Amino acid sequence: MFRFAQCDNRVRGAFVFMIPEIEELYQEVILDHSRRPRNFGELPDAAVRVHGDNPACGDEIHLAVKFDAGGGLEDIKFSGHGCAISQASASLMTMKLKGKSRAEVMKMLRAFHDLVTEGTSEAPKALGDLRVMQGVRKFPQRVKCAMLAWRAVEQALEQGVGEATVSTELA
Amino acid sequence: MHKIAANAIDWKAVRQDFPILGEQAHGHPLIYFDSAATSQKPRAVIDALRNFYEHDNANVHRGLHTLSSRATEAYEKARQRVADYIGAASAEEIVFTRGTTESINLVAQTWGGKFISEGDVILLTVMEHHSNLVPWQLLAERTGARLRFVPVRDDGTLELEKLSSLLTPEVKLFAFTYISNSLGTINPVAELCEKAHSIGALTLVDAAQSIGHLPFNVRELGCDLLAFSGHKMCGPTGIGVLYGRAELLDSMPPWHGGGEMIVSVTLEKSTFKKTPHRFEGGTPNIAGAIGLAAAIDYIEGIGRPAIFEHDSQLARYAAERLTELPGTRILGPSGERGALVGFVMDAAHPHDLTTFADQYGLAMRGGHHCNQPLMRRFGVSGTTRASFYFYNTTEEIDRMIEILHAAVRFFS
Repeated sequence: MFRFAQCDNRVRGAFVFMIPEIEELYQEVILDHSRRPRNFGELPDAAVRVHGDNPACGDEIHLAVKFDAGGGLEDIKFSGHGCAISQASASLMTMKLKGKSRAEVMKMLRAFHDLVTEGTSEAPKALGDLRVMQGVRKFPQRVKCAMLAWRAVEQALEQGVGEATVSTELA
Repeated sequence: MHKIAANAIDWKAVRQDFPILGEQAHGHPLIYFDSAATSQKPRAVIDALRNFYEHDNANVHRGLHTLSSRATEAYEKARQRVADYIGAASAEEIVFTRGTTESINLVAQTWGGKFISEGDVILLTVMEHHSNLVPWQLLAERTGARLRFVPVRDDGTLELEKLSSLLTPEVKLFAFTYISNSLGTINPVAELCEKAHSIGALTLVDAAQSIGHLPFNVRELGCDLLAFSGHKMCGPTGIGVLYGRAELLDSMPPWHGGGEMIVSVTLEKSTFKKTPHRFEGGTPNIAGAIGLAAAIDYIEGIGRPAIFEHDSQLARYAAERLTELPGTRILGPSGERGALVGFVMDAAHPHDLTTFADQYGLAMRGGHHCNQPLMRRFGVSGTTRASFYFYNTTEEIDRMIEILHAAVRFFS
């Protein structure tokens, strides 16, 4: 049930047990995506670019979206910097949303918000890999980190074309 | 001499005065390293609040009954206690406010409203807390005044050699922090005040991070105005102080109109009390002031020289031990520093680090610490800050280092 964190030998008596809540929040998939974010970079022919920020912690995301003929998400990329939760959430989101219709994106957004905020609901299977973010619900201060990329994509759909900004804090 | 003072105190016994230090967080003994945000409260302060509400509670300066007399006496005694603590010439120079932020806003709005006009300059530093920046931005917007900033060197100290070119005759006020809440830098307050005065500017010192840590005397520092909060020095939240030289306060117009601050009122106009009461419209935080006086008594019982010695030793020890961690950058001066250390680690973002540490009972703060321009100056979006007070121990710092080692392994 517990495992030892591999501690530096120079530290005396360093038995720092790993804690289940930490492992639940920072699942291996999340750490992997935060270290090696997917769909990270520029999208030169993007239709819309959204700059999102979380002023409470300085996290920033630049989201670029290209739509297909039917208005669905043909391609989506992000760049920026932030905590492991915000980076992994953005990375996982772009993988999940590529090729999805507007309606599917909006449905997914609502399901994801429920996933990271509601304590009781069963995670819908449709969320797939995104379900690794469920641990966030035990850390209310971190919900904004998880939602930053999703707020940006919501804004991208609303805006449709050009540039926009979005913030986790209402101005 | 200070060393003797610090060594003569049983710091482990002092911890017993703070009931909250027996708390657990996530099943671990609490390690509270967030005293720069707010300090914990000793039993003596908690008891003073309780005693007031159980035995003396009434409104001040108006009732002719016994309780009102007691409450008024305790409230005004607290004012005198604050005056003595900071070396003010008299209790009339002490205005009770809600805290540092309100104190600075009071000055910006009353003094600023009367004496500042287009073309004037308020000199600040890049290391100011938002509470000593935003009120001046609002004033500048209202009046057409300009803001100017003393830059910060890479080592976290002020670029003092720039001062003479920044302090031009348009500068009406130089407002700066005593100790930086992110860097731990201790600014040379007396020197800064002297330089500002030499060109006729007034000075305001943000003493939020020094008031409970350092012995100082406003008349020796030579500042005209000084602001601090009670809650960072073992006192309750919601009580703070604006100190101002008497003739300066007297020259400032009233702020919040209402009861308590007037002499007489007709339907057309009013006349106002003298300072400090003219700035204390409405029922003040009576219990807060009494709690603040109890906090001062408590701190003076230990002695500020010993507290400073102890706290800065902890901060230096923490800064030294943090260098053991791979990919860790410490902000702020390498030598003497206030009771805090801010750092960034390649392995993890400040919010991930503080979430991780919290699971082990270690309370630190991650983020911009109300210092967004300073964070930009150092090219970081935020830092992790461990801040200390006299109830902290080197053993707790050792534990922090163990937890941070575990975090490095976990996030790398």
